Amino acid sequence: MFLFIASEIMLFGSFFTAYFFIRIVNGVPWPTPPYHLPVFVATINTFILMTSSATMHWATTSIKRGNVWGMRAGLLLTFLMGLAFLIAQLFEYMRAGFNTSDGAFPTIFFCLTGLHSCHVFIGLAILAIMTIRAWRGHFTAEHHHGVEIGGIYWHFVDVMWIVVFTTVYIL
Amino acid sequence: MRNPLRSEAEAYRFLWVVIGGAAVIIAAAFINTWLGVAVAVLVFGALGWWLMKEPQPGAADPPPVVASGPPPGTRRVLVVAPPGTEAVTVPDGAEVLVVVPALASTREAFTGTADDRRDEAEATAAALESRLPGARVEVGAADPALAVEAALRVFGADEVLVAGDDGMLEAIRERVALPVSRV
Repeated sequence: MFLFIASEIMLFGSFFTAYFFIRIVNGVPWPTPPYHLPVFVATINTFILMTSSATMHWATTSIKRGNVWGMRAGLLLTFLMGLAFLIAQLFEYMRAGFNTSDGAFPTIFFCLTGLHSCHVFIGLAILAIMTIRAWRGHFTAEHHHGVEIGGIYWHFVDVMWIVVFTTVYIL
Repeated sequence: MRNPLRSEAEAYRFLWVVIGGAAVIIAAAFINTWLGVAVAVLVFGALGWWLMKEPQPGAADPPPVVASGPPPGTRRVLVVAPPGTEAVTVPDGAEVLVVVPALASTREAFTGTADDRRDEAEATAAALESRLPGARVEVGAADPALAVEAALRVFGADEVLVAGDDGMLEAIRERVALPVSRV
């Protein structure tokens, strides 16, 4: 797990290094005029993702208590909210008004948020498998390692979004 | 240091810690940019301190003491000989296993020079094997206590003889429930 965390820190770290270089060393305003970041949509998306972490935690605590339906509902809600986040992110990209060829700012914006979206996409694939397995009765109060590991990954993705959201959209 | 993503519950708790830290940094940055930077440094420091302070589950427990015994009617001696050992004296009539731990520091393990230490251990093992007919000689782990523990799992012994320094002797004594003495 430490190796996974270290590799992810290095991956995101390289993108954040480019971001801070563009923003601080060049001394240009962020976002570069005339562009604007859709902060409101991103804030709504943040709340969606944070709520999905809560439902993920609900799913895990439910199965630990033997509440299979609680786990199924929690996993399904987490998947739907993750999907909503990804769809909203795609709409944000389409309506952003800039593209990767428009300079360093859009490039690093798409790289950072896109890297995170890739993680969400992988998380959704894991969640889909977990949800199907949950409906097939693969998890019990004693055997739910699959839910536990998927939950850790999903919370990690949310932690990374908090960092991306804070640095790219808010500060 | 405790892994913040050790379990789902801990990862969920870590998420809320990160949200709290981000909120504090954002609030400070809105007041003044440099205040935000200072608070960010403090938050990252506090986060690091918290992770370092959090005990690893089971880390405070003493390591399990390994007990071992030979098959009935036999006498077995486990000898620990660090690299560079030229000769060891073993009791007559006993089955002998000599373990040469490939002693390497953490720095050597990170820089890859642990391979050189292993080469030295293999050279010592080859030399001892030629001088101790009938004895088995093996290269063990970098940690002598771990090397002894691994050897005792397949070679139940009556006693352990150590050809190394006092530190090695004490480390092995703490780990095994057998008579441990110097060769």
